[in-house]
Amino acid sequence: MSTTDTGDDQSDESVTDSRSVTDAFLDWRPGAPLSNLRARAALLARIRGFFAARGVLEVETPTLSASAVTDPHLCSLQSRYTGPGFPAGYTLYLQTSPEFAMKRLLAAGSGPIYQLGKAYRDGETGRLHNPEFTLLEWYRPGFDLSAMMDEVETLAAQVLGLTGRFERVSYRELFRRRLGIDPFETSVDALRDCARRHGLSRSAELPLTGPDAWLDLLLTHFIEPGLGVGTPCFVHDYPPSQAALARIRSGPCPVAERFELYIDGMEIANGYHELGDPEEQRIRFERDRERRRLDGLPDVMPDGRLLAALAHGLPDCAGVALGVDRLVMAALGTKSIGEVVAFTLGRA
Amino acid sequence: MTGSPLARGWLYSEATEFAHRSGACYCRGFRRWVVSDGPRADTHSNNNQEDIMAVYSTNEFKNGLKIMVDNDPCSIVDLDFVKPGKGQAFTRVKYRNLKTGRVNERTYKSGETLESADVMDTEMQYLYNDGEFWHFMLPETFEQYMVPMVALGDATQWLKGQETCIITLWNDAPLAVTPPNFVELVITETDPGVRGDTSGGGGKPATLETGAVVRVPLFVNQGETIKVDTRTGEYVSRVKT
Repeated sequence: MSTTDTGDDQSDESVTDSRSVTDAFLDWRPGAPLSNLRARAALLARIRGFFAARGVLEVETPTLSASAVTDPHLCSLQSRYTGPGFPAGYTLYLQTSPEFAMKRLLAAGSGPIYQLGKAYRDGETGRLHNPEFTLLEWYRPGFDLSAMMDEVETLAAQVLGLTGRFERVSYRELFRRRLGIDPFETSVDALRDCARRHGLSRSAELPLTGPDAWLDLLLTHFIEPGLGVGTPCFVHDYPPSQAALARIRSGPCPVAERFELYIDGMEIANGYHELGDPEEQRIRFERDRERRRLDGLPDVMPDGRLLAALAHGLPDCAGVALGVDRLVMAALGTKSIGEVVAFTLGRA
Repeated sequence: MTGSPLARGWLYSEATEFAHRSGACYCRGFRRWVVSDGPRADTHSNNNQEDIMAVYSTNEFKNGLKIMVDNDPCSIVDLDFVKPGKGQAFTRVKYRNLKTGRVNERTYKSGETLESADVMDTEMQYLYNDGEFWHFMLPETFEQYMVPMVALGDATQWLKGQETCIITLWNDAPLAVTPPNFVELVITETDPGVRGDTSGGGGKPATLETGAVVRVPLFVNQGETIKVDTRTGEYVSRVKT
């Protein structure tokens, strides 16, 4: 449990101090051993080989986009273009994932596609986080959630050299088994009490709003550390309030058609049976904006181009985003992202 | 007296009690415990110079940062940022309570704030003790600090006078004393040396002039001066005097 071994402890002051003396004192070396970077390159090559063999098209979409993400849990970094066409400057957002642009390609008839590239998230630095990270995202028209989990499992097993089936457990069953509560039916007070019983100090003061934040706390503190250790584990069928961009399967107990893959206690991948209904998408954008207003976060305008693409028609598809840095960590058994990324934030 | 930074501290009652008896007072203007010969000045009850406490948000947390947790000064010893991809971000903090030495863990929602603890390490010279308080001096200003025995802990067994120690001050009140890493002390009592033994294997207990007991090699004799590592309590070498 340390942010210091990511190599990010080189605070701005120390960098500035060194510079003011002489650049020779700057720590210019990579934070990751070169052997890890070679293993990383080999893993990237295996991923590309996997999709080439399956006829999935590699695409590239802009990392700089006119639209940001509305999700209140994600914060976009901003950049600014000034030049021909935009003499007064044009704000561009570094993408937190290539999801919207890739869905526009799907709506245009691309067929199955994948992208291996950088994504950016402001405010995220730690043992498992770097504000700039490598994301593998792919979409499969005609796949449902189960078929998508199968493909993620095949890919992860291949690149990690694993044999044997991964575990699959529903979000509800996971909380029942590990904490003895029903995450769909439990009140904020009961969730807080559950956290207290499992040893969380200051559970009474922690200013969390709503059940989902408490579920996130219980998951990250008391379930995640042992999740997927030994055998990777898929968690699927999330509460509708955590659907993000997944479809909701209606029924007596509606669930979001979403899954997460955990390996060695790390969240590795997040997949959806993708929401294609433009009206439902518009409602979710507005709900995100309302949440942002309540939380005092900056407002974000919905991506009109995504809505237009959905209105044109998104093929029924499943999609998944997989954190490549963490996959490399799992392959090498390293403890922090700084051991598999050449230059993390403190060295960038 | 509420509002005084000391009002929250365990030292306050002890210190004021002592102040009443001895004529020492806590001068807010100088933020120093000083011993005065005159009548006790009542400077700390009608003081409008409030301390402005710095506040740190989770983004400012780092190892070694001094923070207040449950009214106790603490030092951050470990940090972890946890966040589900599409969920709430948390900062998990491990911190050492500087009064008790205990390490605990807490979780903060990203963006929460903690009050800073006014803790600093200062080099001071040890002067003497009166059985109740250990007296130290800032060499530059000759200002004197009285440190209660509880803040010294094991440090008492290494101090005979003149040593430069690190005094950890919280709101300018002594919280802990770190003795020099090495001290040179005379052996006041030990069994007679065994002739010819120079190996040092095994060893024997020796009582030093401060009362500390350390294991020394068999060839070391009573009356000799030895060098001791205070961090481990181990004999280092003989010192030629």
